[in-house]
Amino acid sequence: MNSALQQGWNEGAARANAAAQADRRRVTINPITRLEGHGKIDIFLDGQGDVERAYFQVPELRGFEVFCLGRPAEDMPQLTSRICGVCPTAHHMASTKALDALYQTEPTSAGRKIRELVYNTFTLEDHALHVFVLGGPDFIVGPDAPAEQRNIVGVIQKVGLEAGKRVITTRKRLRELIAYFGGKVVHPVMGLPGGVSKALQPADLPGFQQLAQDGLDFALWTLEVFKKIVLENPAYVSTITSDTYTHKTCYMGMVDEQNRVNFYDGKLRVVDCQGREIFKFSPQQYRDFVAEHVEPWSYMKFTFLKPRGWQGFVEGVDSSVYAVGPLARLNVADGMATPRAQAAYEEFFKTLGGRPVHHTLATHWARVIEMIYAAERMVQLINDPEIVSPEVRRVPQTVPKTGVGVVEAPRGTLVHHYETDERGLIRMANLVVATGHNASRIAMSVEKAARGLIHQGRVTEGLLNQIEMAFRAYDPCLGCATHALPGHLPLHVRLYDCHQHLVEELRR
Amino acid sequence: MSATSKPKVAFYWCASCGGCEETVVDLAEDILGVVEKVDLVLWPVALDFKYHHLEAMPDRSITATLLNGAIRSTEQEEMARLLRRKSQFLLAYGSCAVSGGIPGLANQFPLEQVLRFNYEEAPTLLNEAKTRPQTHFAESGRDVTLPALHQMVRALDQVVEVDYYVPGCPPTPNITRAALGALLEGKLPPKGSVLAPDIALCDECPRKKSKPANLSFAEFKRPHQLLVDPAVCLLAQGVVCQGPGTRGGCGAQCPGGNMPCTGCFGPTSRVHDQGLKILSSLCANVEAKDEPGIVKTLDGIPDPVGTFYRYGLAKSLLRRKVTLGVNGFPH
Repeated sequence: MNSALQQGWNEGAARANAAAQADRRRVTINPITRLEGHGKIDIFLDGQGDVERAYFQVPELRGFEVFCLGRPAEDMPQLTSRICGVCPTAHHMASTKALDALYQTEPTSAGRKIRELVYNTFTLEDHALHVFVLGGPDFIVGPDAPAEQRNIVGVIQKVGLEAGKRVITTRKRLRELIAYFGGKVVHPVMGLPGGVSKALQPADLPGFQQLAQDGLDFALWTLEVFKKIVLENPAYVSTITSDTYTHKTCYMGMVDEQNRVNFYDGKLRVVDCQGREIFKFSPQQYRDFVAEHVEPWSYMKFTFLKPRGWQGFVEGVDSSVYAVGPLARLNVADGMATPRAQAAYEEFFKTLGGRPVHHTLATHWARVIEMIYAAERMVQLINDPEIVSPEVRRVPQTVPKTGVGVVEAPRGTLVHHYETDERGLIRMANLVVATGHNASRIAMSVEKAARGLIHQGRVTEGLLNQIEMAFRAYDPCLGCATHALPGHLPLHVRLYDCHQHLVEELRR
Repeated sequence: MSATSKPKVAFYWCASCGGCEETVVDLAEDILGVVEKVDLVLWPVALDFKYHHLEAMPDRSITATLLNGAIRSTEQEEMARLLRRKSQFLLAYGSCAVSGGIPGLANQFPLEQVLRFNYEEAPTLLNEAKTRPQTHFAESGRDVTLPALHQMVRALDQVVEVDYYVPGCPPTPNITRAALGALLEGKLPPKGSVLAPDIALCDECPRKKSKPANLSFAEFKRPHQLLVDPAVCLLAQGVVCQGPGTRGGCGAQCPGGNMPCTGCFGPTSRVHDQGLKILSSLCANVEAKDEPGIVKTLDGIPDPVGTFYRYGLAKSLLRRKVTLGVNGFPH
């Protein structure tokens, strides 16, 4: 390919990558006159023109839990992956783990390692997408850059064409590993109770070993890029640490036996806004610690810490609001299980003044640190001699009854809970997804941003992107949140004065 | 891209999970070819675009629109109608647009059941007041609104006329590349065709050689109940595989993952109702000939609707639970 052609390709692929992540970040796009299937924000002003109340709403609901009734449990990993085509592997894996519990059948050692390998590969790939395509452009290109440059194309212009190609190529290769085991990369089929459907052929091992090493180099390079462009820029650092993007809430995330971050398995640990452990429980006990609150103005349910009771959309020491996701995982963990990630973890908290960090936008940095852990874990797993073992699955011999499966999706804790009859047909399915856990905090972030930006009835031009930045950090997936489609986040903001007159309308 | 004589192409989504968009992304290098040869007029996330721009375009000025996702809301129906009017060719892209897809399985359940579970019965709920989301909610004089939800999931051609179909959940990059190529080169088959090979999946399955000429089922095994031999035909191992009744073109990805085909490419042109076809071909080969024996054998297929109509219920002869309306608003 000549260079003009190469550039064309990169730009095309970049746009396509942006497309995959849906219209979460373009400001000017909303082709729709009505609102079903969209994120929606209604802002009400008081007599002085200041914000009285802002509602962040999700106006759709699909009901996977109901239409999966009567289906064979072993179909659930494939059915529920259709909740989201961006994070199908997370739903697939949580569901598969729920099947292990349902059939009381532990995966074989090799089966478990393959699952964890695929899962870390997926996390690395998905995080990379967010860093370079979604949230990253706000910082890499700049929050004040023209909207049409705040995208992956702008990122490539800033970091260079070679670097852009590296992002696209690495992501493609990582997805090939997922497809190798999963049959398909979008909506994989590998998950069964007691293991996985397919083994790794020894002949294919060297290629994947090289990929894991390249993935690690890529993750470390990403951290350097992030540091250079974001952390060395005082203006960005002051935005990250500003009050508009700060909430003192609790955090929840999965940890291993030494309280280190783990995406695939472990216990759920909750810390309060001062960083003290307040709960630690096994995923099977999730109902004792997590409950859902309903508001009449959104189809999305608001999860809260059950022992503390629903306290409303408030922060502080007694708050029952908690967040999940990269920042939350780092906040609940005593460290990372791999050396390079551990070093990055230490630097993170040292720079930001210790644990916990309440700055929502620091999530972007936390995400890069998690990329390093995911890649280091890939290297460990692919070099484990057992990874090529043909013993990848154990056939369940028990009567199924009830099972809970939990993983850390890229966006945060994901719970699948099934009950079946003795034939393994679903009688009850309950799903609690990352964006549900984050829903209250997102609503608070949106309201805080609105309050900070709107005064005397005047709406600044940058309102939409500023609000977007507040919740883009969560990498929210509203499709997952309501188990509804589409899994995208178009946004519509409406501003009403104290007489209920629509004074401003913004869309993207 | 400036206005040129290049054909105009639009991508749009309705009720979709984003997986179809991922496929377009996975075309990676091949996107270059597309970008060079066409003028992308609508790709909401990738290009700036407004609704009124589309409305202002002359009718039939878009050469082809690829639309993914099922039709569930009035908004989606409106967009489908608008794009139909503006496009010479409208392509249903992916299982949801082609035949309703997995969300179409909701057509077995009333929406009230969905709402009741979500807001009254789910085990994590703490909602003694049984609060439900309201289409109009007044709080301190503020009227906050939500759209109503629909009962039915429909395939694209149950709403507007469709010219071509690109199957799969999601379609593969290969199929997508071929469909775009056919469009751009004007080498299109008759209207209404499915743009994928018109062969059964078995014909491209690497396990084909081990498929017995005369299948016979003493029992059906669910995939978790056995260790599947990766080299042998799944049907020969007693696992329900939709290969014989399903269109090929994906490269037998799921058998490649050592799992059975679940039928996402839909039927070949010779089959009217995919579920019925597979059901009849399997049942004809059940070994037992007496009723108790047959019933026992069929125990291995406990959810026939979800098994045989996983991607096509909305478009099948069954379509929906008879008591459900098409456009009903239950609240």
